[in-house]
Amino acid sequence: MTTHVLTQIENFLIQEAKILDERRWDDWLDLFAEDGWYWVPIEEGQTDPKNTVSLMYDDRQLLETRVRRLTAGTLHAQTPISRTSRIVTNATLEEQADDTQIVRSKFQMIEYRRDKQRIFGGTQWHALEKARDGFLLKWKKVELVNCDSMMDGLTIPF
Amino acid sequence: MQVEKLIQEGRIHRDVYSDPIIFELEMERIFEKSWVYVGHESQVKTPGDFATTRIGRRPMVMMRHTDGKIHVVHNQCAHRGAMVVSQDHGHAKEFVCCYHGWTYGTDGKLIRVPLQQGYPDHFDPAAPGTSMVQAPRVESYRGFIFASLASDGPSLIDFLGYMATSLDDMIDRAPSNEIEVAGGVFKHAFDGNWKLYLENLCDAAHPLFVHKSSIEAAEHQDHNSHTDGAGEIGIRQMRQNGAPYKFWQEQVGIWTYPNGHSYLGDYHDDEKLVAAKRDPVFAEYIVAMEDAKGRDETQRVLDVTRWNSNIYPNLSFMSQFRQLRVVYPVSVNRTEVFTYSFRLKGAPAKMFEDTIAFANVTNGTGSIVLTDDLETYGRIGVGVSSGGSEWIQVGRGYTTDRADEHGGVRGEDSTSEVYIRNMYDAWLSYMTAENLIVT
Repeated sequence: MTTHVLTQIENFLIQEAKILDERRWDDWLDLFAEDGWYWVPIEEGQTDPKNTVSLMYDDRQLLETRVRRLTAGTLHAQTPISRTSRIVTNATLEEQADDTQIVRSKFQMIEYRRDKQRIFGGTQWHALEKARDGFLLKWKKVELVNCDSMMDGLTIPF
Repeated sequence: MQVEKLIQEGRIHRDVYSDPIIFELEMERIFEKSWVYVGHESQVKTPGDFATTRIGRRPMVMMRHTDGKIHVVHNQCAHRGAMVVSQDHGHAKEFVCCYHGWTYGTDGKLIRVPLQQGYPDHFDPAAPGTSMVQAPRVESYRGFIFASLASDGPSLIDFLGYMATSLDDMIDRAPSNEIEVAGGVFKHAFDGNWKLYLENLCDAAHPLFVHKSSIEAAEHQDHNSHTDGAGEIGIRQMRQNGAPYKFWQEQVGIWTYPNGHSYLGDYHDDEKLVAAKRDPVFAEYIVAMEDAKGRDETQRVLDVTRWNSNIYPNLSFMSQFRQLRVVYPVSVNRTEVFTYSFRLKGAPAKMFEDTIAFANVTNGTGSIVLTDDLETYGRIGVGVSSGGSEWIQVGRGYTTDRADEHGGVRGEDSTSEVYIRNMYDAWLSYMTAENLIVT
């Protein structure tokens, strides 16, 4: 049973990575629940997005605005666009409560833009709730290994 | 080099942004001479607390000594030159160099040297030459710590002049008149000259173009979508950036003062962002302020509507949302910026959540707003390094600037580039100063 659920979850993670690499931002937003949120902490072990800053912390409203910006006609920070390539692996089911599964996985993302290539990687957490066609994201947390380093701007979600 | 020729009426030679020789001169003549912001006293609350910082490119450590005094020292062992303090911040009784164990006190002075034998006569463990190099002048303005590598020069209070009132506004907003650095730090970088950063922060003519993507995305945002409070404040700010030129010309102002300082004012009051009177947290804050300071003083503080205040050469802060950015030049075409948030002591705890939400949206490394600014700096970096047009135009408002009652010059309206011209008045005075005393 658990193996079967994990396979479904792994498929979800792979599909999400594919959607992001293909820059299908609206489809990515559709993966989130109506009150879903997205979080990229700036500190290792950060527990609170409200009293410490984050590389990204979006409630549903802000996530919609972020995605709308990514699909806008004029977006200087994405002219030219970034191309990305993501690998998702090592998924483990960490918690199961009611209809929600919390899954931990590892990811690496290569971002290429205007002659520069950057590599990001770390641990990601997805809280998934059962929905009619699979899962909806209650929240997603991305822990970058270099979360607190000096960085050029981040425009593409992980 | 005749740097005077690089600055003309309403225009700046592009070499000022692209020539590595000019950059080296700036490090020596501006950053090693001027007062430079190095941190806030709340980062080193108790004796033994330390926080790393920089003066220009020099790695420095701000540390509080056992006598309570704050020292700012070069992070370098006097023995063989290794970096001594390897953590960004922390607490220590003493600092031991990892190489041969030379040990320094929390004032940067040498207290122990292993194998102290056979040195020539000039070796004196008590002499300044065997300590970590001290910034000769360190002064606090109400908790904001500045250091200067020049042993002589104007006092901090003279250097700040009327702009000290913007630092006052940061503090006055706390019911207990105390503020502290809190909530983490953003560290972001761009491939452009360090001067571009402050030049953008009082630029009232850029949001409509640079921030078009976030303005439009925010304007179309449905307020019925779920929010936990984090999104709302950022979306309000993004919309505010989309105010028409008429607004920038009729309501907003730009004020400049000696030594390159300036502020953008009357951009918006608290009403527009936190919906002052309807927001229960803000109402609670007003009560705390009135209890602590009385009604008149509270009203006076809330009526101050300064947006970004720039203290040349390396500090820009925003009192209304308690944001403070420190600019670090790395090379002629590379700059790093640290952005801090401040907590108002005595204010409702929940109010700090607005500060954090605002920081994420406007000043964050992954901000929907700031990333378009960073892209712009990068494009300027490419442009000014590529030959072509010799002059950068900063002449808007040149003929209509006028004197300000506090000894400065203000623009006819906020779209004047007077704050850039004012920075270059200071730049030229630093770059051409004689009898430099640099330790």
